[in-house]
Amino acid sequence: MYTNEMLESMKKVEAARSANAVLEPRRMTAEEKETLLATYHPDYKQGEFAVLQIGANKGEKVPTELAELLQANSRINPAEIDLSKVDYDVDVLIIGGGGAGASAAIEADNNGAKAMIVTKLRIGDANTMMAEGGIQAADKENDSPAIHYLDAFGGGHFAAKPELLYKLVTEAPEAIQWLNNLGVEFDKDENGVMITTHGGGTSRKRMHAAKDYSGAEIMRTLRDEVLNRQIPVVDFTAAIELILDENGKAAGAVLMNMETHEILIARAKTVIIATGGAGRLHYQGFPTSNHYGATADGLVLGYRAGAKLLYADTLQYHPTGAAYPEQIFGALVTEKVRSLGAKLINVNGEAFMHPLETRDVSAASIIRECSDRGNGVHTPDGIGVWLDTPMIELKNGEGTIEKRIPAMMRMFGKYGIDIRKEPILVYPTLHYQNGGLDITADGMTNIENLYVAGEAVGGIHGRNRLMGNSLLDIIVFGRNAGKNASSKSKDVTLGALTLEHVNKFAKEQAEAGIKTDVVSPKLLPNYARRK
Amino acid sequence: MEKMVHVFLMGKQYEVPANLTIMGALEYAGYQLVRGCGCRNGFCGACATIYRIKGERELKACLACQTKVEENMYVATLPYFPLVKEVYDIEKVRPTEQIMMQLYPEIYSCIGCNACTKVCPQGLDVMQYIAYAQRGEYEKCAEESFDCVMCGLCSSRCPAGISHPQVALLARRLNGKYLAPKSEHLENRVQEIKDGKFVDLIQALMQKPIDEIKELYNTREIEK
Repeated sequence: MYTNEMLESMKKVEAARSANAVLEPRRMTAEEKETLLATYHPDYKQGEFAVLQIGANKGEKVPTELAELLQANSRINPAEIDLSKVDYDVDVLIIGGGGAGASAAIEADNNGAKAMIVTKLRIGDANTMMAEGGIQAADKENDSPAIHYLDAFGGGHFAAKPELLYKLVTEAPEAIQWLNNLGVEFDKDENGVMITTHGGGTSRKRMHAAKDYSGAEIMRTLRDEVLNRQIPVVDFTAAIELILDENGKAAGAVLMNMETHEILIARAKTVIIATGGAGRLHYQGFPTSNHYGATADGLVLGYRAGAKLLYADTLQYHPTGAAYPEQIFGALVTEKVRSLGAKLINVNGEAFMHPLETRDVSAASIIRECSDRGNGVHTPDGIGVWLDTPMIELKNGEGTIEKRIPAMMRMFGKYGIDIRKEPILVYPTLHYQNGGLDITADGMTNIENLYVAGEAVGGIHGRNRLMGNSLLDIIVFGRNAGKNASSKSKDVTLGALTLEHVNKFAKEQAEAGIKTDVVSPKLLPNYARRK
Repeated sequence: MEKMVHVFLMGKQYEVPANLTIMGALEYAGYQLVRGCGCRNGFCGACATIYRIKGERELKACLACQTKVEENMYVATLPYFPLVKEVYDIEKVRPTEQIMMQLYPEIYSCIGCNACTKVCPQGLDVMQYIAYAQRGEYEKCAEESFDCVMCGLCSSRCPAGISHPQVALLARRLNGKYLAPKSEHLENRVQEIKDGKFVDLIQALMQKPIDEIKELYNTREIEK
C-alpha cells in the first residue's frame, strides 16, 4: 500500500496537474546534457567497468559483469565433442527466435535457402515481444529519412556507424510496409493515415504503433509467418559455442538442449547471431525491462570465436521503469505514456524536465532528481518520481488511455492502480544494449560468414538509441542478414569443422593469468533461491 | 518480519513471502525455471497457470508473472498447451467466411459455455471474438482479441477443442493486410526512396564536418 509520504506527494501532483499539463518545460542545452550525463548516467561510473585482457577488444572497457562472461570458460571441452556426427545440416543457421531472427528466417526462406532457427526458449520469447511504444519511419509529408538520420545520429551522440544508420533510416518505410503486408495492424485513421507520435529526441512525429502492444503485434505476426512457411524452429535449445571451419569461417554451432542437456551439432554455410540483449545481467544492480533470456549470449559466442565488439560499454537505462508496486519493479512503462502527454513530476509536484528528452538524458535527470536534489518519492523498496498519467486524458480526452495504452492500464490495474486517475512511480530500468558485435552494412562481422542482427549488433545507434529505432533495426537488419546470409550460402564450400578457436581462447585466458569458475554463455539468470 | 503465506506448488507446500508473484514464489522455493517463464512482464503468455484456493470450488487461471500469491493457493503451471496452428499462405487467403470454415471449422462447434472468457488472464471477451470469427467479421474479431498473449488457457477449457488464439491471429492478419485502409503516404514514400529521391540529401548531411552536424542537430526545428 501507499505510504503517507507517497499519499502526501500524490496530493501535490494532483493539485498542480492542470498547471503542469499546459506547461512546456524548456529543453536542455547541449552543454547541460553533457554535464548531466557525465555526473549521473550509469555509463559514466568508472568503477563499474573492467578492461578486457584477452580477445579482439583487448584493452577496452566493458561492464564488469560482461567482462566476466566474455573472459569465462567454455561450457564444453572441444576434445569431447564429435563434430562428425551432424544433427542438423542447413544453409543458414539462425541463433535466436526474436524479431531479428524471425525476419532473417523469412527472408532466407524467400531466397530459397534452407534456414533453421535455434532458440533457448520459445520463438517469440524475446525483447521484441515486450516492446510497447512503437517503431519509427519517416513516411509523413513533413519528414524525410535525412531528418530521421539527424535525430538518431544526434541522439546517439554522433557515434553511430554512418553506413548502418543510413540503412536503418532509408529502409524504414519499406520495413513498415513489409510488416503491414504480412498483416501487422498499425494504428491508422479511417483514411489509412498512420497515427504517429513523438518519441524522446525525435523532431517529427514518426512513431508508428499498434496500441502499446507494438512489439507483441509484430512478433506474433512474424512467428506465425515462420510457422506458415514451415521453417524449422528448434526450441529450448541453446547455441553454446560457434563452430568454424578450417579456414576460420563460421560453419555452425554446438547446441545444447536446455532440459536434457544433450549436445547437438548444427552445420551451416552461414550463421546469423540474433540473440538479443543483456538486461538479465543486471548491470550495476539495476532491475530490467528485458525478457528472461537476455544474457548477452551472442556477444560471448562471437567474442570467443574472434569477432569484434563495438560500444559494448554503453547501455540504455529506460527512464521509466515501474518503481512501484514491487511485483512489477523494473517493468517497462512505455515512453508512449510521455508521447501522449504525461509529464515527469517530482515529490513536490513540479514538472522538473521536458518529458521527451532522449532516454539517456531523461534517465540521468530522474537519477539526479532522486539523489542530489532530494526530490524523489520514497517507496517501500526504493525511490522514484511520478509519471502523471491522468494528464493524458486531461489533454486528449477520456478513453484515450484504454484505447492507446491498454497494456499499461492492465499492468497497474492488476495491483489496484487506475492510471487514468492516479499517477504512477517510475525509476530508470536496464533496457537496451547499445553496443554489440561490429558489422558492416551487409550484416557480416570480421569472421567470414558470421552475420549479426538485432540487439546483438553494436554501432547502429551509436551510444544511445531513440525510442522506436530498435523495433525498426530488428526488421531492417534482420531482413538484411537473412537476405545476405542466404545469398552467400550459395557460394560456400565448407572446410572441415573445428572448435580450435575454443582451445585458443582458453590458452589466451591462461596466458593472461585469468582464473575463473564462471562458464559462459550464461543462458539464463540465477533467480532460484539457494539456502 | 516479512509476512508469509502457504502455497502448494504442484501440490507441494512451501512458505513464501506474501508479496511475491507466483513466478517469484516458484523461484523462492528453489525452482530454476526453464519452461513457463518468458518475458516476466505479461506479454508473452509463457507462464499460463491454473490455481484453486483451498475451500473454494472455482478453478482460476492467471499469468504467473502477473499474479500475487495467496494463502492456501494450489498452483499448477501450464508451460505448454497443444494449440492447433493451421498453415496457410497469407498472400493467397482472403478475408472471407470460407477461410475460417476451411482452416478452423471447429469454431462452429462452440456451445456457448463461455469458459474461454471466464479463464482469460487478459480479461478478453473470448467467446465474443470467436462469434465474430464465425461470422467473418474479422475487423471486430481483431479488435476484440487484440490484447491476446496466446497463453492457451482459453483453449485448455474449451469443450469444442477450439484454438482461440490461432483463430484470432488469423483474423488480425487478415484485417491488417486486407481490410484496414491502405496507407497511401507510406506507399508514396517507399516509392520515392526507391526512385532515389533522398540520396543526395542524406549523403550531403553525412559528408558534413561533425561540428556542422552537431550545430544542425542542436538547432533543428521540433514539430509541436
